[in-house]
Amino acid sequence: MQMQFSYEVKDSYAEVKSVGRLNMVAAPKLREVVNEVVASGSSRVVVNLAETDFMDSSGLGALIGCLKAARQAGGDLRIAGVQPQVKMVLELTNMDRVLTAYPSAEEAFGDD
Amino acid sequence: MTRFWTRLFVVLTVILGVNYVAWRWLASLNWEAWWIAVPLVIAETYSLIDVMLFGLTVWNLKIRKPPPPAPDTATVDVFITTYNEPLDLVMTTALAAKDIRWPHSTWILDDGDRPEMRELAESNGIGYVTRGADWTPDMPRHAKAGNLNNALMVTSGEYLLILDADQIPEPDILDKTLGYFNDDRVALVQTPQYFINVPADDPLGSQAPLFYGPIQQGKDGWNAAFFCGSNAILRREALMQLGLVGYVKATEKSVRRALAASRSAIKKARRSDEAKNPLVEQMLNQVEAATETAQTELEAGASLSEITYRVRRKVDDAVRTLVAADFSALQADLEEIAAMELAHVGEGGVTTVATDAVDRMSGRDWSPLGALESVHAVLDAISVERTDEAQPIMPLATISVTEDMATAMRIHSLGWKSVYHHEILANGLAPEDLKTMLTQRLRWAQGTMQVLLRENPLVQRRLTWGQRLMYFSTMWSYLSGFAAVVYFAAPIIYLTLGILPVSSLSYDFFIRFIPFMVVNQLLFVVAGHGIPTWRGQQYSLALFPTWIKACTTAARNVWFGRPLGFAVTPKARQSGGPSWSLIRPQIIVAVLLAVALVVGIIRLLAGMSEPLGTLVNVAWVAFDLVVLSVLVKAVLYKGFVPENGPEHGGPERPEERNADAV
Repeated sequence: MQMQFSYEVKDSYAEVKSVGRLNMVAAPKLREVVNEVVASGSSRVVVNLAETDFMDSSGLGALIGCLKAARQAGGDLRIAGVQPQVKMVLELTNMDRVLTAYPSAEEAFGDD
Repeated sequence: MTRFWTRLFVVLTVILGVNYVAWRWLASLNWEAWWIAVPLVIAETYSLIDVMLFGLTVWNLKIRKPPPPAPDTATVDVFITTYNEPLDLVMTTALAAKDIRWPHSTWILDDGDRPEMRELAESNGIGYVTRGADWTPDMPRHAKAGNLNNALMVTSGEYLLILDADQIPEPDILDKTLGYFNDDRVALVQTPQYFINVPADDPLGSQAPLFYGPIQQGKDGWNAAFFCGSNAILRREALMQLGLVGYVKATEKSVRRALAASRSAIKKARRSDEAKNPLVEQMLNQVEAATETAQTELEAGASLSEITYRVRRKVDDAVRTLVAADFSALQADLEEIAAMELAHVGEGGVTTVATDAVDRMSGRDWSPLGALESVHAVLDAISVERTDEAQPIMPLATISVTEDMATAMRIHSLGWKSVYHHEILANGLAPEDLKTMLTQRLRWAQGTMQVLLRENPLVQRRLTWGQRLMYFSTMWSYLSGFAAVVYFAAPIIYLTLGILPVSSLSYDFFIRFIPFMVVNQLLFVVAGHGIPTWRGQQYSLALFPTWIKACTTAARNVWFGRPLGFAVTPKARQSGGPSWSLIRPQIIVAVLLAVALVVGIIRLLAGMSEPLGTLVNVAWVAFDLVVLSVLVKAVLYKGFVPENGPEHGGPERPEERNADAV
């Protein structure tokens, strides 16, 4: 099976790529990967959702858990490349009030 | 056909009830004795509204057909919640849960964090969950809701079957219920709670056949079936959605509140001694600028993560710059001193400020801002981490000790559907002594009142009116304690003082009162299919001190933040002899009723009161005494002895009643 999550440490942030369905089964794995990234010293994390075609509330819950971990390490977690279904879920749960969806991973930390 | 008769009796009850109570208000009040006349008519109005809400409930009674089979891809986690129940009791349930036929994972959620429990679970191939590292001692634990919320984060089944530690499930519980979720808007399937350790006469009123019957079926008809904490299956997606919506709400509220408070916090800080330091003063200016920008951004609709990140970033940068400037000034001073007193400089040369000192002194706790508590608190609250809870996402509601009701109401508010499946699929254990039973009832009542006071269903815009009234109906029924006091007091007052709250006990009274009482009783017979309701009727009046205490403690808790004095219901019987002290208020009332009876008869014989009034009130006193007599049985009850096998007994919730003694 293809790895669902992969990450790459860039100059000023780490990019975590999520491929496929980010649902209740995948949610704990995402949390694990992000915790690992943060623990390794990159607390500025972008979760790239360009290839995530489905997300449920558990997936979003995991993102919030990751946001908390990144913030507590003094950094931030941002999301990029949101697809239509994910956008819908963000709006349905009012999560768009909390998270800004950036067009691309490069732009996510563009302002700082 | 039953539906027709039920609705007919609902209509008749409402017509005759309104006819009676309207007459009582408009034409029968004895204003000279307003101090008892008004409370009595209010109590009667309370009871009329109560029976009208019951009528509304059974109006839409829904009798469901078995659901279609579920797709075999459905994944389920079975949660067994425990805190301090005996290990063997938990294991009996856990092993039965493991034997449930539908493929699933079984988990013991042990809030007692007992190593022996873990060992037993693991050696039987059952999952074991306790609170994770985030649940530090300074975080609120939220009892069972917290226990479930914690477990939701470490499991991944699509559906969750929730069982109390004593609720032994049938192997087919999931086969019979999962199919309802084929409708992807269904979030909850509740099955009855039934107790196997209850004798036929149910001295403690443990069984709830009226509630787990017509009441739940009626609520189901309004898409308002209640979640009762156990023997229920929930859709994870709905719970998580609830958690997210709650998180966004809580975060937005806390950020708004913090920004609103920042101005006064900064003002206060400026007046403090620390602010005389120019460094601190400049930091405060920066904090003020950052929070003002944040406020503007919030109004402009920027996301909370962006706003909070920028505030934190700006404040941290400002603090850093200022601390660094301060240090470099210090460094310059040191160098100057060194230059002037060159001769005195030793081997080490010029003293230098350690490079990591700037970092350290810029940290939240070390910087001069850290000393300014008000500012510190504001800055902490401008965050998206929900620092006041162990985990940001709290799917099960934590606003009440009855997390089940509060959670169900929020699920309904989000537009999800619920199902009541009327078939016993788990067998549990009821309390076997009065003390434990009273603790349990108090807890339910307190939790229900907390929900009413914190999230009044009548003003929840996203609930349908039917749903609002179904929730309100249950809350309303817990106010019965106040009415009970009046129903006990009125006949005592007449028999001892001769004061009648009704202007006259004439034809006018009986012609209105009796038909109402009769149809009212018949409504319960028809809607309940002959389910025993007498036990419930007794307890809804006899436990009046419990219901009143629940209302007052919940109000104090919600309005003034006082603790509820909450206790977990012990599953094992409490030892010791009969504890009459538990029902002291009721004993006092019973004595007063008996004295009133004697005085009333003496007054009649002495010609001081009229025969009809005395007769009515003697009958009323007799009724009150029979109601209270259930407590004698309850105090003397020595626990369950399985002899003839348990049968359906009386009911247990205050809703489990016939109409009050109107």
